[in-house]
Amino acid sequence: MNSYILIFIIIGYLLLLFGIAFWAEKRAKKAWVNNPYIYALSLAVYCSAWTYYGSVGIAATSGVSFLTTYLGPVIAFPLWIIVLKKIIRISKQHKVSSIADFISLRYGNDRFLGALVTLICVLGILPYISLQLKAVSETFGIISNDVVNASENIFQDSTFYIAVLLAVFAAFFGTRTTDATQSKQGIVFSVAVESIIKLVFFLGVGIYVTYILFDGTTDIYNQISIENNFESLTTFNSLESGINWYFMIALSFLAIFLLPRQFHVSVIENTNQKHLKNAIWLFPLYLLLFNVFVIFIAWGGKLQLGDAANPDYYSLLLPLQNGDILLATLVFLGGFSAVISMVVVSTLALSTMLSNNLIIPYGFLDKFSKSRPERNANYIKNMRRIAIFCLILGAYFFYINFNIQLSLFSIGQLSFVIIAQLAPSFFIGLFWNRGSSIAAKTGILIGTLITTYTLVLPFVLDTFFNNHSFIEFGPWGIEMLKPYALFGIDFLYPITHAFFWSIFFNVLTYLSVSLSFKGNYRERNYGEMFVNSKYNSLQENAFVWKGEAYVSDIRRVLNRFLGQERTERALNLFYLKYNLPKSAEKADSRLINFSEKLLTGSLGSASSRILISSVVQEQPVTLIEVLEILEENKKTITTNKFLKQKSDELTKLTQELKAANEELKLQDKLKDEFLDTVAHELKTPITSIRAASEVLIDSEEMPDELKMQFLDNILKDSERLAKLIHNILDLEKLASGREILDKKLNDIGITIQKAISGVNTIAEQKEIKIIIQKTTHELPARYDEDRILQVLTNVLANAIKFVEEKKGRVEVSFEKIQDYIRISIEDNGKGIPAEDMKYIFDKFYQSKNQNVKKPIGSGFGLAISKQIIEGHNGRIWADTTVNHGARFVIEIPD
Amino acid sequence: MKKKILIVDDEPNIVMSLEYSFKKKDFEVFIARDGSEAIEILKSKTPDVVLLDIMMPNVDGYQTLEYIKSNQDTKNIKVVFLTAKNKEADIQKGIHMGVDKYLVKPFSVKKVIAEVNELIV
Repeated sequence: MNSYILIFIIIGYLLLLFGIAFWAEKRAKKAWVNNPYIYALSLAVYCSAWTYYGSVGIAATSGVSFLTTYLGPVIAFPLWIIVLKKIIRISKQHKVSSIADFISLRYGNDRFLGALVTLICVLGILPYISLQLKAVSETFGIISNDVVNASENIFQDSTFYIAVLLAVFAAFFGTRTTDATQSKQGIVFSVAVESIIKLVFFLGVGIYVTYILFDGTTDIYNQISIENNFESLTTFNSLESGINWYFMIALSFLAIFLLPRQFHVSVIENTNQKHLKNAIWLFPLYLLLFNVFVIFIAWGGKLQLGDAANPDYYSLLLPLQNGDILLATLVFLGGFSAVISMVVVSTLALSTMLSNNLIIPYGFLDKFSKSRPERNANYIKNMRRIAIFCLILGAYFFYINFNIQLSLFSIGQLSFVIIAQLAPSFFIGLFWNRGSSIAAKTGILIGTLITTYTLVLPFVLDTFFNNHSFIEFGPWGIEMLKPYALFGIDFLYPITHAFFWSIFFNVLTYLSVSLSFKGNYRERNYGEMFVNSKYNSLQENAFVWKGEAYVSDIRRVLNRFLGQERTERALNLFYLKYNLPKSAEKADSRLINFSEKLLTGSLGSASSRILISSVVQEQPVTLIEVLEILEENKKTITTNKFLKQKSDELTKLTQELKAANEELKLQDKLKDEFLDTVAHELKTPITSIRAASEVLIDSEEMPDELKMQFLDNILKDSERLAKLIHNILDLEKLASGREILDKKLNDIGITIQKAISGVNTIAEQKEIKIIIQKTTHELPARYDEDRILQVLTNVLANAIKFVEEKKGRVEVSFEKIQDYIRISIEDNGKGIPAEDMKYIFDKFYQSKNQNVKKPIGSGFGLAISKQIIEGHNGRIWADTTVNHGARFVIEIPD
Repeated sequence: MKKKILIVDDEPNIVMSLEYSFKKKDFEVFIARDGSEAIEILKSKTPDVVLLDIMMPNVDGYQTLEYIKSNQDTKNIKVVFLTAKNKEADIQKGIHMGVDKYLVKPFSVKKVIAEVNELIV
């Protein structure tokens, strides 16, 4: 394609993005622009050109390790959300504008720390941005068929113009207000749009390669699996490689928090904490989709283009090779989108840091405090605009002059390692109030030094000075200090090796310095506010300050930076909130804290602290005083919490009492019912006996046959009475636990046999078949045989009672399941009505479903069975068989 | 005219003794083994007294009593509860529903006959 047409397309595309950003800016409050999906998509700024092109390159050369960059964030996502919630809460409370501001504030508005973090970020990100430009330039060259020769006159290099356009875009939308914490919906929305574009086009080329160039995934797999190094592309290869994986995943997990662009979109641009709920599944899904075709594009490229072509650009070269220029152009635009969003958001975040945490606090404060308010705002904006241009152009010149030899992927990882040095002071400081400013500074410095020694230095020596001896033998031939194998650890890749040692010493320094030197009261104060960020009431009064300050002085400072109107509005709100008289002359600690926060958004925390303290007479506060005040605050909170807890406990207790009372009432009612039923059951045979006896006494004329019948009735009812009393006592004995089971080693098969022979006579009379399904010959277990026999006989007798004569069939089976013996007794009778199922094991339950009109039996059988089985720590239950009969299952431990 | 009595109980042995005793006293006796059988019989026969057990399967004594007392043809029939339920609440419930006598099991057959006779003088 002609390069002029391509430039035309690029400019058209950029104009479109301008339009989109403009449109979104105007509708910033609308649900269209401000919603969780836009938030989740904006997080995908994580996927830069590195993802877009570099993953394919890595997949083609080193196999599955490209996944680590995405696995880290995905694995840690639930955790990420929890921690992020806290970070967002703190950032909104304190009007934090960047990660440098966040860290500096945590350690008591430390000016140097903010500047240090800023420098680290610039150091880490600048090569990364230059890589993005390299990607644009090289892909531009591939599409337009130009020979890439960047070192010639820059004014003939299209990349230069693209870089300038990006800078204009970022500067225009990124610096519309001086308050860096204000949401920039235009940029966020265009990032979200770009995220969709890059995903769609990348998936497009994935589908194209997999299903059009090849015959689906299987086809590619079959073809590539013949290649001789195939094994190494799909496996870990070794334990070392596994350890490397582990560290790479950890690294990318840290990156998702700490990369300035990630912090910017996920924290600063977060407009609603609820958006996190959707991001928790949307973002991992996005990453997953992005990686679906990576491996197939890589394999497809290897097969069609071979190793001669740069594997980073397989996704472009494949359609080009096959004559699909349109698709190639779209893929190019997708990659370009990845570049734009990364470059714009990164430079925006970095420019805020540069202005608020480096330039203003170190150079311009004096000038600002003498200048007029409207001019100050412009100064700040211009400073950021210049910073954006400098960063992008700096990255461009970095790219031109060093013409980086490494692939996209490894420079990306180098960036990660440098940025990861912020992790200890960032994360530990968030949860540990002892972490001090000096510890953070030394930790970061030492970590960075080690990274430089183990990664940057050998690379520079190797690439630019052709000096290999440093890597191979170490400095002055000291084995232990070999940069890629420090202290003899020689099995890690250079990146993971550097990451491991730098973080190790970083954390070690941070912890030991924090423990050995106490920070000043201000650090401790902010430490407490960060760590306990959940107590909102602590926030308001937790700021410790002592001294003399006049409202008028503070008002003057605010006026200078915020303008008269905003200052008055903010102060009115403040007085209203704390219910203070507007006429107050002296300022208290709350006003000081409030004013610092107000300025932080525009100037960064360190500057605002310096400004405010320049107009007030601060008295030194001892650490003990700070701790006392904080303790007091905490106590109030704790007391409130304690009271609430107590009241909750009381409510709970009352509820428990109520429930217990209900339970007792129910028990009482059940007992009454039980006694009623017992009385009824006992009275019935007694009534019968008494009536029959009365009749017999007066029976001179009665025929003998009838007399015999009455006598027989008396006998039967006496037996019934005796049996009933026996059962009641038996059940009572079992239920109260007074019955001691005589558990011995028995064989369940034999016991079942015995039970069957006990009921066989009745079964034979009714011509009912009893079948045993054996799974094993012997199944020994410890149980009380008489009692188990009682249960089995009962269940078998029930089954016989409920099946039809002649057609009836009862099936007994037993088996061992894990450490249980399961006996099941199935019949083909009428089954158990669903409404009765709940009650069949209750005392006195008698089925209304029996074949005879008058129920037979006492209604104790199953209740006793249940007690016996539970006495064996087993279970008994009933359900319905396939042919609607009943099935009783008994399980006892063996 | 012969006095007629309907005995409703699900215990055949108790019924047998009562049947024998009332027949001996020259009653015409009908037997029902639960409430639904009793109601069936009451559709064709009009006894002077019904001896009614309460705890029976299907239609229980209370339901049968309700049928008797709410039906024009049967509401003048005297009803005697013969039951093991002897709690005050049960007795009150029966009386409230219009039962004429309440005899608690185990009863004396002679007493039952005496009470029935008293009821239908």
